[in-house]
Amino acid sequence: MTTTTSPGAGGNSVSEGGDAQVPKGPNEVTVTIDGVPVNVPKGTLVIRAAERIGIEIPRFCDHPLLDPIGACRQCLVDVALPDKEGTPRPMPKPQASCTMVASEGMVVNTQNTSAVADKAQHGIIEFLLVNHPLDCPVCDKGGECPLQNQSMSNGRPDSRYEDVKRTYPKPINVSAQILLDRDRCILCTRCTRFADEIAGDPYLVLAERGGLQQVSIYEEKPFDSYFSGNTVQICPVGALTGAAYRFRSRPFDLVSTSSVCEHCASGCGIRTDHRRGVVLRRMGLNTPEVNAEWNCDKGRWAFTYATQPDRIELPMVRGDDGDLRVVGWPEALAVAAKGLAGSRAGVLVGGRVSAEDAYAYGKFARTVLGTNDVDFRARPHTAEEADFLARHVVGTGVPEAAGFSEGARGVSEGAAEGTGGGTGVSYADLEQAKAVLLVGFEPEDESPIVFLRLRKAFRKHGTRVFSVAPFTSRGLKKMGGTLVPTAPGHEAETLRALAGSKTGRLADEALTDGGIVLVGERLAQTPGALTAAAGLAAAKGARLAWVPRRAGERGALEAGAIGHLLPGGRPVTDPAARAEVAAVWESGSLPQTPGRDSASIIAAAADGTLDALVVGGVDPLDLALPEAAAALERAFVVSFELRESAVTAVADVVLPVAPHAHKAGSFVDWEGRVRPFERALSSNAVSDYRAIDMLASEMGHFIETRTQAEIQAQFEALGPWSGQRAAATATPATPVVSTGAGEFVLATWATLLDAGRMQDGEPFLAGTAPRTVARVSPRAATWLGVGEDDTVTVTGPGGAVTVPAVIAGDMVDGVVWLPTNSPGCSVYRDLGARAGDHVNVTKGGLA
Amino acid sequence: MTDTLTPVLTRFWDVPESWKLATYERHDGYRALRKALTMKPEEVLAEVKDSSIRGRGGAGFPTGLKWSFMSPPDGGPRYLVVNADESEPGTCKDIPLMMANPHELVEGAAIASYAIGCEKAFIYLRGEVVHVYRRLLSAVAEARAAGYLGRDVLGSGATLDIVVHAGAGAYECGEETALLDSLEGRRGQPRSKPPFPGAQGLYARPTSVNNVESIASVAGILRHGADWFKSMGTEKSTGFGIFSLSGHVAHPGQFEAPLGITMRELLDLAGGIRQGHRLKFWTPGGSSTPILTEDYLDVPLDFDSVAAAGSMLGTRALQVFDETVSVVRAVARWTEFYQHESCGKCTPCREGTYWLRQVMTRLEHGKGSQDDVDKLLDMCENILGRAFCALGDAATMPVTSGIKHFREEFEAGMHTPADVLFPLANSALFEVSDTKESSGMVTT
Repeated sequence: MTTTTSPGAGGNSVSEGGDAQVPKGPNEVTVTIDGVPVNVPKGTLVIRAAERIGIEIPRFCDHPLLDPIGACRQCLVDVALPDKEGTPRPMPKPQASCTMVASEGMVVNTQNTSAVADKAQHGIIEFLLVNHPLDCPVCDKGGECPLQNQSMSNGRPDSRYEDVKRTYPKPINVSAQILLDRDRCILCTRCTRFADEIAGDPYLVLAERGGLQQVSIYEEKPFDSYFSGNTVQICPVGALTGAAYRFRSRPFDLVSTSSVCEHCASGCGIRTDHRRGVVLRRMGLNTPEVNAEWNCDKGRWAFTYATQPDRIELPMVRGDDGDLRVVGWPEALAVAAKGLAGSRAGVLVGGRVSAEDAYAYGKFARTVLGTNDVDFRARPHTAEEADFLARHVVGTGVPEAAGFSEGARGVSEGAAEGTGGGTGVSYADLEQAKAVLLVGFEPEDESPIVFLRLRKAFRKHGTRVFSVAPFTSRGLKKMGGTLVPTAPGHEAETLRALAGSKTGRLADEALTDGGIVLVGERLAQTPGALTAAAGLAAAKGARLAWVPRRAGERGALEAGAIGHLLPGGRPVTDPAARAEVAAVWESGSLPQTPGRDSASIIAAAADGTLDALVVGGVDPLDLALPEAAAALERAFVVSFELRESAVTAVADVVLPVAPHAHKAGSFVDWEGRVRPFERALSSNAVSDYRAIDMLASEMGHFIETRTQAEIQAQFEALGPWSGQRAAATATPATPVVSTGAGEFVLATWATLLDAGRMQDGEPFLAGTAPRTVARVSPRAATWLGVGEDDTVTVTGPGGAVTVPAVIAGDMVDGVVWLPTNSPGCSVYRDLGARAGDHVNVTKGGLA
Repeated sequence: MTDTLTPVLTRFWDVPESWKLATYERHDGYRALRKALTMKPEEVLAEVKDSSIRGRGGAGFPTGLKWSFMSPPDGGPRYLVVNADESEPGTCKDIPLMMANPHELVEGAAIASYAIGCEKAFIYLRGEVVHVYRRLLSAVAEARAAGYLGRDVLGSGATLDIVVHAGAGAYECGEETALLDSLEGRRGQPRSKPPFPGAQGLYARPTSVNNVESIASVAGILRHGADWFKSMGTEKSTGFGIFSLSGHVAHPGQFEAPLGITMRELLDLAGGIRQGHRLKFWTPGGSSTPILTEDYLDVPLDFDSVAAAGSMLGTRALQVFDETVSVVRAVARWTEFYQHESCGKCTPCREGTYWLRQVMTRLEHGKGSQDDVDKLLDMCENILGRAFCALGDAATMPVTSGIKHFREEFEAGMHTPADVLFPLANSALFEVSDTKESSGMVTT
């Protein structure tokens, strides 16, 4: 058989006089595949080596991100190994190329050049189809099915099987969301290996043996993993399907758009598949440097929130009768402009907007409203946090790959070359770190792809994970982590102890050489803790990174949607910084007093210091401020909103903005990496920046945020801030008041799947959410007289919730944990309490 | 003909309470362990290596070599695992041995442990044989009480102990890596090799997995020396082995003889084929070894001669079938066994045996189609050497060898049921209930 080589195949199409050999590296071996020599790093599997030169060997169980198993036997190839004289000696039988490591001098003949390999592969496909129902015409996978495709490319044209197929009742639920058609399954174990290796949730397993072997769950333990959807994506047949997409579409009718997930700061690349204006599914998009090929179930399935009946599609103004009525854009803009003109206004941005939107809000505040009163933090926050972000976070980023849009690169240049903070911590850094200390941060719930990367670091590189938290969470266990037991409010003490201690403590020693400290946004709630975290990192020479929960926060920080920073991290108080921005903005001067933060804006609106608010997608409840409702009631409110909310109820003008699928823009993930996303659906809906531009025009200002290109041009023109970074003010820790009898300290964070509004309309996903429980220590349980699953009532200043108790073995005594916003337990609304507050816990009550 | 037998492992099976420690001690029991403990471990290993004993589990890999291939000691634990998961159709040597003379295995395991630096050995026993399980447990307890196991064995300073573990009844767990997974508490499915058990076996530590008979023979080798062992058998298949004759012979049973004995000699020892019948076919080493016919009666039963004759010595399970037996029916039973026992991990074995079984069932019932025989051969070609472990290969052996020697019987399956051509009652050694035929059950 003649084999042609091409430049792309690692050879040179010129057969004489120019056949350049690719030089071999020190850790490489040379193998010959179908006559083409290729150099690959030691340890490379034969199937990967073949891919390098464009030779595709059919496969099912093989997946580059899973450990090799060699179960399906589809990738059999002929292999010859050199003997002592170097003469290749053929192995007696074909070998599975997905488990065999390439070695020096190996000669591989695939189906292209070996009749034996070709027949073996045909034989395996035929066997795989013995018990397969061949129901491609009604199967969701039909059209994008590796079994279907490889049956065509490497299988027999007809079937010799005339006997009886094994059948099963179909489908069965392995979770609320995932359905299993066992008759379609070819038992490649990709799903079970994913669950076990990648997610660490080994609740999907094989049971029975031989022809009756089947994927199964434990009897009383459904496959409730935050990452279960990935099994649907990597299933090479139609055996695993998601309830949300089952029977909805054929893959060839879908249009795919590359996007970035809007749910958290992990920054996952996703693919949005839509048909005739409707998003039908989302999948993880292979982005090796960020999410690899995975995403979490929220990112995959929580997209129906945008199509709920309460979606706002037309502008509204509040009439004299107190009711909102639908009006045209010109009227709405006129009313809003009139209300804002001459007023003392503040801007609440929220953490869900794109970097472009945040930029527009910030510019609007400074140039149109003439104030620095703008803040993206729609959650508990402090001035200490603002200082911390300015000193340690803003402008630190990862060197960016080429190919991103111009404007995004502008932001990232500013980030990468930011002064003072050095280069940001990246996913790759986490994977290679010797130790990672988590403070106020629960990755599995708050940034699930960070969790997956830390789990990989633990499994593959032995990274040691430590968590300053009140108990060992499920996620910490799966990262092989060690708890540094700390009650909420005591984080600063713990961190200072770690920084000060000389020997003996595990976390302290591990951090010293190549450690990373990851702080969550929740840490801001403990006075002095962020200061202590920065102090610890400095003392140990460890690197420091901040992981917010919402997708838009980091971008909003970089874009200057915060009171004391202009775009690119330029301090508002620095005249040179102001001048740089004023030049690009073509604005005479910029306000120089650092702006209020969200809490102060609310307080000022409540007491009448501010008389107008521009609110972009903020749920006032998230601020955990009792006076928020009164403030919104009192002020003139212009609301940029997607769906009816508590703000809509009191807004004077409501301007509809585009949901994620209808807009283009970029997020900046926790690393500081710019993550541009495309618009999937065309509609009249406009992104926030465009609506703001229209409002500014109405008010007589031209802020040039009409298009993404305009904003990008300004990003670029601004470039990086090369001046002095803001100095952080050291905030002392506040002494913690010890609890009295019956009193507990409240620990809380939001679980990944909860009652969040952006998960509305997806009941199958909601069915896989963790139960709402209160976690207490064994001693507290004894003291309360409760056992596992007995109900407890937790009472805070604003009310009480009654939920089942779970006894967490190593929970710090005197601490009770509740999910922040789960069905039956909204900590801010129902308890009126925050993390670190004192609450009462009693036995019993009606759940 | 009695001088052809070499009773070593079977030397006192007929003594009352042969399984007791006292009986074993009266028959030179634990002398070899005392001797071994006076030697250095590497000298014991050298003695076993020098005996050239090849593994008695079927594959015939030299036992001493296997031990010497284990990763060198690094201070961590090393394990000996005795494979007592005897489940092959026709094979019945280890279970009677452990039943009648468990201490020979315990002593052998203690010596082997000493040789390879193992402080805790495991005997992984087929779970169904509860009576053997009890015998092994009490033998280990007796040995421990007598100081042959435990800490500081016989004052030597060595720690040697044995854990007897009952499996859950899977043929696949006789495959060494599946056995290790099962022993660790996982599903019994084979592991990828490399790493081999010698490098990463039980709990990812260096491990040697050896057959019961191999380990039991180690006691004799130490007692009498490597030269004594090599004085028996052939040059490349040294020593003796238990030959298990079953089926249509006058006196079925265990015959311990030197390797290289022929089937003709063994048939004579067993009193020949049952009265009034003649040999049709036989297996040299269980159902996984291709069947042979009368033409092969003079093949020396050693590893290499049987391989040269197109089969395998296997476990010396000599199943004898006379002219009343339908090859198609026998192969169909074996195929059902493999289909039932396939672990399901790899495609060719799982799906291939599923398909083979259905075709064999059709042929047995005279409902074959014209291309079934060629299809069977092609399917076997697609299973043999394509499966993850040897179970798939084994499943093809009865089919391909059956067709090779008796193709016309398979072709007859296109039109005539096996029971018409070869009425089952003629083959049976017991009275047969017709309704149970397909499940292979017989009643007395």
